[in-house]
Amino acid sequence: MPSLKDLRNRIASVKATQKITKAMQMVAAAKLRRAQTAAEAARPYAERMETVLASLASGISGSSAPRLIAGTGSDKVHLLLVLTAERGLCGAFNSSISRLARDKALALKAEGKTVKIICVGKKGYDILRRQFANDIIEFIDLREFKQVGFVNAEAIAQNVLARFNNGEFDVATLFFSRFRSVIAQIPTAQRIIPAEIPEGTQQTDAVYDYEPEEGEILEALLPRNLTVQVLRGLLENAASEQGARMSAMDSATRNAGEMIKKQTQLYNRSRQAMITKELIEIISGAEAL
Amino acid sequence: MATFKFELVSPERILFSGEIISVIVPSVEGEMTVLPGHVPIVAALKPGVVLVQTSAENGKEFFVGGGLVEVNQTSVTILAERANFIEDVNSDVLDAAILSVETRLAAAPSEVEERRLREMLVQLEEFKHVFEQRKAA
Repeated sequence: MPSLKDLRNRIASVKATQKITKAMQMVAAAKLRRAQTAAEAARPYAERMETVLASLASGISGSSAPRLIAGTGSDKVHLLLVLTAERGLCGAFNSSISRLARDKALALKAEGKTVKIICVGKKGYDILRRQFANDIIEFIDLREFKQVGFVNAEAIAQNVLARFNNGEFDVATLFFSRFRSVIAQIPTAQRIIPAEIPEGTQQTDAVYDYEPEEGEILEALLPRNLTVQVLRGLLENAASEQGARMSAMDSATRNAGEMIKKQTQLYNRSRQAMITKELIEIISGAEAL
Repeated sequence: MATFKFELVSPERILFSGEIISVIVPSVEGEMTVLPGHVPIVAALKPGVVLVQTSAENGKEFFVGGGLVEVNQTSVTILAERANFIEDVNSDVLDAAILSVETRLAAAPSEVEERRLREMLVQLEEFKHVFEQRKAA
C-alpha cells in the first residue's frame, strides 16, 4: 500500500505529463493545418505532370525511350529511398514506414538482389540502422529545416539522379506515408526510377503539337518529375507526421486523465481509511480508561 | 469576349486560376500568344515573364523560371519549375533560380541535358540583367 505522500507525488507527475502531451497535441494540430495545406497545394502540379508525361510517353517507344522511363535493362541493384520524420512521439508513423521498407529490403535480398538504402530523416535511420547498417549508403538530415520545400526535394532528387547516372543502381523506390486523414496515414512504396507511367489517362481527342520535339521535352521533364515525386513524398509525410502525432498525443492525454482519476480516488479512499483508523484508536483508547 | 481557362501552377502552389482572354508565354522558340481556340500544343518554356490578360484593360505578370505549357481545346496550363508574382521578384529570387540551375548543371546526366541547362542559365542571367535595368529605370 503506497503512502499518501507517494500517491500525491504520483498524481502530480501524471498531471505534469498530461500538460505536456496536451501542449504537443495542440502544436501538432496547428502544424498539421499548415502541412496539410502545403500537401494539397502541391497535388495539382503532380497530377498535371503525370497527365502530360503519360501522353508524351505513349508516343515514345522502344529503344529511343530515355533511361529514366525504360530503366537500365536489369534490376540487380535496388535503391530504397526511405522518408521518415526527424522526431518521434508520433505513434506508429516512423515504424510503419520503416517496416514497409524493411519487408521490401528482405524480400529483395531473398531474391538475391543487392539493396542500397538512403534514409531521409533521423528516425527511420535509427530503426533501419540496426538491421541494415551495411546497406545504408547515405543519411540525409533535414532537422535544420522548419518546413521542407522544393529546395530540399530538389537536392535529394539531384543526389539520386547523380547516383543513377553513375550506374550505382537500377531501380529506385520511394517510401513515405500518404496522408488520408488525421487518423489514417498509409505507408506507401512508389517506384520512381524507372518512372511509373499511369495507364488509361489517355485523352484521345487532343493531338498535341510539340515545341521542341517530344523526345526533347520528355528528356527535360523526367528529372523534374523525379523532384516532384520526392517533393510530394516529403509534403505528404510532413502532414502524416503531424496527424499521427496529434492522434497519438490525444490518446496519451486521455490516458493520463484516466490515470489521474483512478489515483485520486485511491488517494481519497486511503486518506479516509486512515482517519477512520485513527478515530477508532482514540475511541477505544478512551473506553479502556 | 471569348475566354478560356488558364492555370499557372508551380510545384508548391497554384498561382493563378481563372478565365482569361489571352496569355503571352516565353516558349523556348520565341514568345507565343495564346488566344481562345489555339491549336493543342505542348511547349517548353524558358525563363521569362508570363503576361496574363484577364480583361481588355487588366493584365497580370508572373515570372517563370522555365517549365512547360500545355494548351488543349478548353484550357491552358503552365507547369512552371518556379514561379512568382512579378511584384515578389527581386535579385535574390533570380539568384536562387540561377544557383539551382548551376547545381543541376554540375550533375547533368547527358550532353543534351547539359546543353539545355547551359542555355537556360544564359537566359536566366540575361533576364536578371534586363530585370535589374528595368528596375533601376
